[in-house]
Amino acid sequence: MDLTFSPKETAFRDELRAWIAENPPEPEPVDGGEDAKHRWRRDWQRRLYEAGWAAPAWPTEYGGRGATLTESAIYFEEIGRARVPLPANTLGVLLGGPTLMVWGTDEQKERYLSPILSAEEIWCQGFSEPEAGSDLASLKTRAVKQGEEWIVTGQKVWTSGAQYSKWCMLVARTDADAAKHKGLTYFLMDMEQDAVQVRPLRQITGEAEFNELFIEEARIPDANVVGGVGNGWNVALTTLMNERAGLGFALQIRLRQTLDDVIAAAAERGLLENALYADALADLHVRCESIRLLAWKGLSDVERYGQPGPEGSLVKWLWSETNQRLTQLAADIVGADALTTGEEWSYELLRARGNTIEGGTTEVLKNIVAERVLGLPRLKAAA
Amino acid sequence: MDFGITEDQREIQRTARSLLAERAKPERVREHAEARTVDEQLWLELCELGWPGIAVSERHGGGGLGSVELCILCEELGRALAPVPFLPTVMAASAIEHAGSAEQQERWLPGLASGEIRGALGACVDGTAELVIGAPDAAVIVLLERDGSAQLLAGSDAELSPLASIDPTRSAARVSVRGDAQELPGDVAGGVDRALVAASSELVGVCDRALEMTVAYVKERRQFGVPVGSYQAVSHRCAQMLLEVEGARSLSYWAGWALDNDPASAGRAASMAKAYAGDAGFRVTASALQVHGGIGFTWEHDLHFFLKRAKANAHAFGDARWHRDRVADLAGI
Repeated sequence: MDLTFSPKETAFRDELRAWIAENPPEPEPVDGGEDAKHRWRRDWQRRLYEAGWAAPAWPTEYGGRGATLTESAIYFEEIGRARVPLPANTLGVLLGGPTLMVWGTDEQKERYLSPILSAEEIWCQGFSEPEAGSDLASLKTRAVKQGEEWIVTGQKVWTSGAQYSKWCMLVARTDADAAKHKGLTYFLMDMEQDAVQVRPLRQITGEAEFNELFIEEARIPDANVVGGVGNGWNVALTTLMNERAGLGFALQIRLRQTLDDVIAAAAERGLLENALYADALADLHVRCESIRLLAWKGLSDVERYGQPGPEGSLVKWLWSETNQRLTQLAADIVGADALTTGEEWSYELLRARGNTIEGGTTEVLKNIVAERVLGLPRLKAAA
Repeated sequence: MDFGITEDQREIQRTARSLLAERAKPERVREHAEARTVDEQLWLELCELGWPGIAVSERHGGGGLGSVELCILCEELGRALAPVPFLPTVMAASAIEHAGSAEQQERWLPGLASGEIRGALGACVDGTAELVIGAPDAAVIVLLERDGSAQLLAGSDAELSPLASIDPTRSAARVSVRGDAQELPGDVAGGVDRALVAASSELVGVCDRALEMTVAYVKERRQFGVPVGSYQAVSHRCAQMLLEVEGARSLSYWAGWALDNDPASAGRAASMAKAYAGDAGFRVTASALQVHGGIGFTWEHDLHFFLKRAKANAHAFGDARWHRDRVADLAGI
């Protein structure tokens, strides 16, 4: 057991920290809405890219630094700590690129990886559908082969960044007769075609982080199949596993910062003298530390045993519940301001409600823990 | 950065687990719990193996290993619910080792490390500690005062009224200072933090075993034609138990590591571990009981011994609220 960084890890952290300090992003734009924000994050990624910091975890042959898991975790901790944004093309960098590295052909790697890093081409994720949420494999969007092309029709939902994306990681049904998980194929769909309509999905905070995709006979060349026809479920699992890996560290730091902000808000109002608030804040402090430790423990397990332990699911579950508690307590502390539209804490309070749903609902995570970690019998699904 | 334990530590864990599986079988634990007696034969065996002195320095007759090794033994003893005075003895030893004068150390540590004498540690209000685990059998008792100071007294100098604690696997007493008590002049907090981590680790073991029993039960027990573990109302409760076990374990091991390697965060870590493990201990064992249904509420089933140990440990050495209050102070909340 050694909870300190090695000299190499410390050097990695110091180099990144110094670079961010010398090259901070431009201030976040206040006008211009989502588009301006996106441009701002894209510019930021371009600068990260030019300095070799867009995706340190990628192998050097693809433009990364071949960073170890620990260094990659340090990267997200530092990004979080400095309160600078994640790269604009987070889905491409964290999900799309690593999925192609596992399943893509040489031609695909050659064609797609570099523009992901430079943010020239933004990626989005077309998995969920209105009737296929937690039960992802029941998705209905279908792709039919015609000559050297696939014709795709269907609907996707919760597609963040779709309006800015060039490529969509799309899972569609290519064999209606095969068993549920077996009839799926993973495609890269060009978003720049009229057959794909993007509609913003307004969420409870009033803004539209996500979109719906309406796909009406979109065309995808056969060369854009990833991992082979009928193998889409396995390819999608690679994407989903990457989703839970790296981000945990950025979330964990962000949570800690939110806690510090809530403590400051309580101090301003003289509420730290109140034993009830002090106890609740100390409890949240303990929870934040346990999340940090579980995230690091998960990483050590991967390094030791080559595969993630239960911690990936535990960290996401605990993080989402803790962030909800934290924002609820903040609302109690701040009072009316947290119940006023447009105020920071009212936004945080509402946005946190999505945490226990996005990226795997808490109920699904509990199923995963119960079945795969504790070995409990599977709930029988309806036929 | 490596959160795992070393191969040597894993070996200690394996050895401890297999020894206790053999020597502290549930029926034997029950026998001693019902008679409210220490398992003297097991205690003797553990002493011969040097367990009580594992974290005591070599010059005082101990094994000179660290807090993480102590955590490992405590966790295993908690899993087995072993009816031996290990925890109170190592708690007294860590207080004396870190806060005692040279004379106090020489007088008490070799005996505590070898297990020839037993110790106890309790928290005092106005000269009386309400529930001191292991006090009736202790040759030396350390009493913590609210102001952070600590007193040491020989068992014979204490006024003891034995109590029938709800945890029948360990003796307990109300203790008042009667004869001569000596101040512990050194780093009381450092010693107490080690004791806290030992108590937290024992709670981790208690919870871990309760979860293991529960998982085995819900795979076997059938109602409405299926194993009850296939119902999400049950399986999700089990998942919650795992979450709390893992959370408590991470904090306890971190605190153990910090005590030997990162003194600046050790106090905060130790109180976090005790606060979390204290709450988790009762919640996890209570969940275990609920999931077992009627059988879990019977005297005949072993679960209640785990629940009682968990509650007694959660209360002793500062309950969760007390430790969160300390966390708040140390973290600037």
